Amino acid sequence: MIKGIYRWLDDRFHITPLIEFMRHKYVPVHRHTIWYYMGGVALFLFIVQVITGILLVLYYQPDEASAYESVRFITTKVSFGWLIRSVHSWSANLMVLFVFVHMFSTFFTRAFRRPRELTWVTGFVLLTLALGFGFTGYLLPWNELAYFATKVGTDITGAVPLIGKPLKILLRGGEDVTGATLSRFYAIHIALLPAIFAALLFLHLLFVQRQGMHEPEYLQRLPAERKTLIPFFPNFLLRDTLLWLMVFNVLLFLAVFFPWELGVEADPFASAPEGIKPEWYFMFMFQTLKLIPGHVLFIEGEVLGILAFGVAGVAWMLVPFWERRTRPDGRTRPVTVIGVMAIIYMMIMTIWGYLV
Amino acid sequence: MTEKENKAVVTRFLIAAVLVGVVGAMACAVGAQEVRPDSGDQCIVCHRAEDYLPEGYGEDDVHLAAGLTCAGCHGGDPTSSDEETAMSEEAGFVGAPVKEEIPGFCGRCHSDIDFMRQYRPRIATDQLSQYRTSIHGKRLEAGDSKVADCTSCHTAHHILPAGDTRSSVHPLNVPATCDHCHGDPEYMKEYGIPTTQYDNYAAGVHGVALLEKQDTGSPACNDCHGNHGAMPPGITSIRQVCGNCHVNNMQYFVASKMGEAFAKEELHGCEECHGNHRIEKTHDDMIGIGEEAVCMDCHAEGEKGYEAARSIHDQLVSLVSAYDEAEAKRDEVERIGMDDVEIGFLMQESHQSLIQARTLVHTFDPARVGPKTEEGVAKAQEALQLAKEQIEEFGVRQRGFGMATVFITILVVALFFKIRHLDGK
Repeated sequence: MIKGIYRWLDDRFHITPLIEFMRHKYVPVHRHTIWYYMGGVALFLFIVQVITGILLVLYYQPDEASAYESVRFITTKVSFGWLIRSVHSWSANLMVLFVFVHMFSTFFTRAFRRPRELTWVTGFVLLTLALGFGFTGYLLPWNELAYFATKVGTDITGAVPLIGKPLKILLRGGEDVTGATLSRFYAIHIALLPAIFAALLFLHLLFVQRQGMHEPEYLQRLPAERKTLIPFFPNFLLRDTLLWLMVFNVLLFLAVFFPWELGVEADPFASAPEGIKPEWYFMFMFQTLKLIPGHVLFIEGEVLGILAFGVAGVAWMLVPFWERRTRPDGRTRPVTVIGVMAIIYMMIMTIWGYLV
Repeated sequence: MTEKENKAVVTRFLIAAVLVGVVGAMACAVGAQEVRPDSGDQCIVCHRAEDYLPEGYGEDDVHLAAGLTCAGCHGGDPTSSDEETAMSEEAGFVGAPVKEEIPGFCGRCHSDIDFMRQYRPRIATDQLSQYRTSIHGKRLEAGDSKVADCTSCHTAHHILPAGDTRSSVHPLNVPATCDHCHGDPEYMKEYGIPTTQYDNYAAGVHGVALLEKQDTGSPACNDCHGNHGAMPPGITSIRQVCGNCHVNNMQYFVASKMGEAFAKEELHGCEECHGNHRIEKTHDDMIGIGEEAVCMDCHAEGEKGYEAARSIHDQLVSLVSAYDEAEAKRDEVERIGMDDVEIGFLMQESHQSLIQARTLVHTFDPARVGPKTEEGVAKAQEALQLAKEQIEEFGVRQRGFGMATVFITILVVALFFKIRHLDGK
């Protein structure tokens, strides 16, 4: 019967060539193969986000008066609501983490080089969208910390030269963080970002499938008979599935033993609580902006910081276009040094941000 | 233009000119008020030049700010720069009043509502008559020049409204103001009253609230003793004084048999158990038959009161222990991250019952305290039950996680062998 259905579909959609394509697609096995799985894990976590997100939408109310109560209702009254919400929050954080790991592994193995420049660029944009998901989703429970963190976050947006102020008003839906901000963050979080993200993700995966996995330089130089290859389907995909199952188990563990806190309901008239901190993935930028003096020469410190991050981000995204090939003398290449320094900088600033 | 029309134009012009003049004059007057309040007063000009301003003189004195010059109290002509003329009897100069004259001196204005309502329509004007009935006022009249007059508390030349935190009579400053005389053993020696009131008050629950926590809802000296009519509260009034704030406690006490007995024995209501200036924070062991129980000061074993004290103490203790047990479980629920919202509401209700039961203690009737403590115990037990359910639910989640992990592990192992099998081909 299954064969019958397959034949019926194949007659109409020509599935066989697709399966043949995947069957003949090979993935190299080498000492850096582990990094191939990071993107897959991020993809899995995105799927978890979509499923749990849809379930949360069934009960969540994006309204200043009822948002907090509706999340509380989800976690206390809805069957398995506590699990769905906790998994959604944990999965969001793990997704950002794995996207970062995926990005740096791609960076250090120099997989962004020709012909994969656009895979890198789409990947980078996907990372910024993931951060956007985090920023907009953080406000939705309408709790005290999220409210004030959003206030600070959108204030920083307001410091961007030229477009900052109108952008801030556009994001907030007015001068202040209010119910209008909540409803537009909700719209951005569940409609706008997913649409753009899905389109870019499709492109990103399409590029990966068409071009295959990148081989490290030393592997490229080896003769074909000395390379170990495994078929993408089913060998590599089964390995992916195995890892996804393990990550899913970790997610369940975190949701059960470290349920995501709801905190205190936001009160716009209350004074800001002490120790407002952004999500961990924004911490290195937040801490940097805090450390820059009020004025540096003729420019405002905050503006300088934002400009610097903006320039660094664009340079990072365009790395395939300015990075030069291996130095013949075999010395460490500048791009590796830049990458290592970026990681060290981000880690120090993040830890500093949490300690101070 | 006809002659009639000409006249109309001239009339309109004159009216306009008068209006402009009036408005201009008013503006000048308002402008003049904005200048430093003491700058136009010749008394101050000369006394400042001679460096002979009165002790404690302050520019932001309430009278000065309202436009009253030195002459408003002392008489004289504040426009003249000639000392002889300005401070002459003809100009109405009366000089500085002697102590005995001060209350009447201030009362000239402060007892006259027609005069005072120009400045503050709602101001009281009975200060002088109250003062005359106070211990201070009576003694002053009898020739005792050491007692407090108006300036002792309000100062003479830097008087600020009582609502101003810098004022010597602001609630936060009243205890120190009274203590200035009442805390000085040498000064108070001849009166034979204690001088430790401030220290006792500061260590008591009211003093801590007012002086440390800056809670102006807490009483200062004048809230119990009165201010202008200051007097120690008498036996009959002491419970009313406390009852101003502790309304329920007072009503329960008055209606109780104990209230009757206290009145008959001429005992000082609240003060007998709670003290006066050093009022300690109450605790449940104050009632009962233990060492700290104040009931045992009067009652002995075998008496009805002894039994009542024991019952009420037991009732309170049963509620407190039920509450504490539920609270400990709630902490556990919170620690493991489970839902404690409903539990919190029940705990609030239970705590409310505890507060009410502690107030009902002043009926000294176990039959009235009992139902309230039982109500609180029931709420605490309900909360405890909910907390246990949450902890049980956490266990269910853990077991569910365990089962999911076993299932996932089996899948992972199966996949692992499948992959090995495929790789081996």
